[in-house]
Amino acid sequence: MKVIYIIWLRQLKRYYRSKSRVIGALGQPLLFLLAFGFGFGPMYQKAIGGNYIDFIAPGIIAMSILFSATFFGIEIIWDKQFGFLKEMLVAPISRLKIMIGRTLGGATVAVVQGIIVLLLSLLIGFRPVNLTQLPFAILFMILIALIFTAFGTAIASVLQDMHGFQLIINFLLMPLFFLSGALFPLTGLPKALAFILKINPLAYGVDGLRATLAGMAQFSIIHDFIILGIITIIFVAIGTYSFSKIQI
Amino acid sequence: MTDNTIIEVKDLTKRFNGLTAVDSVSFSVTAGKIFGFLGPNGAGKTTTIKMLTTLLHPTSGYIRISGFDPIKDAHKVRQIFGIVFQDQSLDEELTAYENMAFHSIIYHLPKDIWKPRTEQLLKMVELWDRRDDLVKHYSGGMRRRLEIARGLVHHPKILFLDEPTLGLDPQTRNHIWNYIKELNKSENITVFFTTHYMEEADKVADTIVIIDHGKIIAQASPAELKSQTQSNLLEDAFIKLTGRDIREEESSPLDRMRMRVKAFRR
Repeated sequence: MKVIYIIWLRQLKRYYRSKSRVIGALGQPLLFLLAFGFGFGPMYQKAIGGNYIDFIAPGIIAMSILFSATFFGIEIIWDKQFGFLKEMLVAPISRLKIMIGRTLGGATVAVVQGIIVLLLSLLIGFRPVNLTQLPFAILFMILIALIFTAFGTAIASVLQDMHGFQLIINFLLMPLFFLSGALFPLTGLPKALAFILKINPLAYGVDGLRATLAGMAQFSIIHDFIILGIITIIFVAIGTYSFSKIQI
Repeated sequence: MTDNTIIEVKDLTKRFNGLTAVDSVSFSVTAGKIFGFLGPNGAGKTTTIKMLTTLLHPTSGYIRISGFDPIKDAHKVRQIFGIVFQDQSLDEELTAYENMAFHSIIYHLPKDIWKPRTEQLLKMVELWDRRDDLVKHYSGGMRRRLEIARGLVHHPKILFLDEPTLGLDPQTRNHIWNYIKELNKSENITVFFTTHYMEEADKVADTIVIIDHGKIIAQASPAELKSQTQSNLLEDAFIKLTGRDIREEESSPLDRMRMRVKAFRR
């Protein structure tokens, strides 16, 4: 337990010591909230009715968790390049513990960021329907964070340096985000797009968050929860397996 | 092999994309001794150490660390050794003290052991006053000293030191080697080290193995090596055995991988 705790603690310390990263990670969701929220707001109101900020705030929270969680997973490459990974790999601790510590650390920070984005969105005008649902919303945040930290770890185990990082943002994270229903409603979509949404794990996270925070849902909360839970287990298993295969 | 053998290596080979870094190497290390593993740059020293310390899988060959196989029994092997790496392995975003604490906890040391030992070691390498500074503000020499101090917190059965004293001044080197020799005697720790400072190897090593181009070319005590080559200094013996050519440092597998990625993306 102590080992997992110290690895978790290290992730947290690294995060709050790098102020530029904190600001950078919050700037992007804020920009999205402002630009999309106010830009598309009038259009949304005419076409569908209701407040667009209420609609996209859960989506933007999911986005901020997606990006930061994946990044914290991929951070292993940093540890590889700066040598600290060796220090952990030669220690008499199981790979599973390293993985659990790292994943929990990354996920914790990602969830904290998600909560900060939620607070920011309140300032901009987001009005959650029912605050009693907040614990469930946080549960969804945790699941999204775990999935994508593990996802990032799996990617990092394959990549050798940060050069590929841009590619991952453009060809994995951006599509995952745009095709998750974070920005637009899922009703009346072309068949192909609807299918992609169905196989996108983030779509269930967005839906779960939207259901708990804004009271709008495509699937049921239970449905979202079960699917995300299963995906979490699969991704953490894949992440752990690929991490255990790392050689330096 | 006697019962006293703690590291046994037979026909160990490692190839990276056609390049043979370590070529059918065999040697053994007696428990409780100080073992110098010498060779010019790119001779295969670090690659060998990586295979002994479970970081890299050999292409072929046989390794036993205290009777355990670093591939099959990686976890057991990791409980046996400690290592000071050639290149940096500190977390720059943590303080020196936090690096020591992290290390102590992942090596399962109780607090009443690691706290006093951390203080003692940080004082030895003269970093105690700066223990709460982030490592990223440290100079190269300070990092090196911290790295060594950290490697000595837990007292393993085998201590691997890959060019531990590179770039340090004679005073610090002297301190560190005295400490290591003391550990070797008092705790019967086997020391396996590499260095380019021949007078250092001459002074501390019980046995020396010289590796060149991935192959072992000599194995003897420093005195025997000198008498075999009729040299007064180990340095002369070393040059007689390995030749005068200057070696290109081989890039690490990671460097090569980086280059491959770059080539691929072009």
